[in-house]
Amino acid sequence: MSIQLLTLALGFAQLCVLLAMVFCVIRLLRGPTAQDRILALDSLWMAAMLFILLLGIGFASTVYFEAALLIALIGFVSSIALAKFLMRGEVIE
Amino acid sequence: MSNSMMTGMHDLSLWLAVPVSLLLVLGGLITLTGALGLLRLPNFYQRIHGPAVYITVGTGCFLVASMLYSSAALQRPVVHELLITGFVILTAPVVSMMLMRAAVYRDLRKGNTDNTPGNAYKFPREH
Repeated sequence: MSIQLLTLALGFAQLCVLLAMVFCVIRLLRGPTAQDRILALDSLWMAAMLFILLLGIGFASTVYFEAALLIALIGFVSSIALAKFLMRGEVIE
Repeated sequence: MSNSMMTGMHDLSLWLAVPVSLLLVLGGLITLTGALGLLRLPNFYQRIHGPAVYITVGTGCFLVASMLYSSAALQRPVVHELLITGFVILTAPVVSMMLMRAAVYRDLRKGNTDNTPGNAYKFPREH
């Protein structure tokens, strides 16, 4: 009973996050300005982190947690670097 | 605790499976809503609000669900998801602020102060 409920809810959440990733990719390809594309790329990083976290719940393994933490870390650094580049034209002043 | 042959998921008791499922469904809906806002809103300064919602609230829902599920499945308290929560809560506003500042600088430098209909913000005109 409860395992069907959990599987259904997990499938629904994974479907929602996948659809969110598709929306982010559409905005990334279509975005009229450069800041739109960087915003979409940052959202795509975060959606991928959420999807890997959901995979970790589904496979009942804690290995996926480290991957999600690493993706959050690298996404933050790359988004900051891209935003700095947009503002000044160089990353390190 | 018996392991299911189909999915590898653990069988929880029902009073714990219901809140975990509710949190998963709520997080999925919030994530979908935020990404739809990123796709559909007309202006960059409105679009930046959608991902901010799902990066904080959607991630929070999924992480609380993961903590409850792992604690029940491994039969010991599992709190290492709090690392991701703290990291995301610390870094998401920083990214939003840097992107917003970059966008304002670029728009001011290009000189388009009121460009599109449905513009949420008016830039100060230079005297």
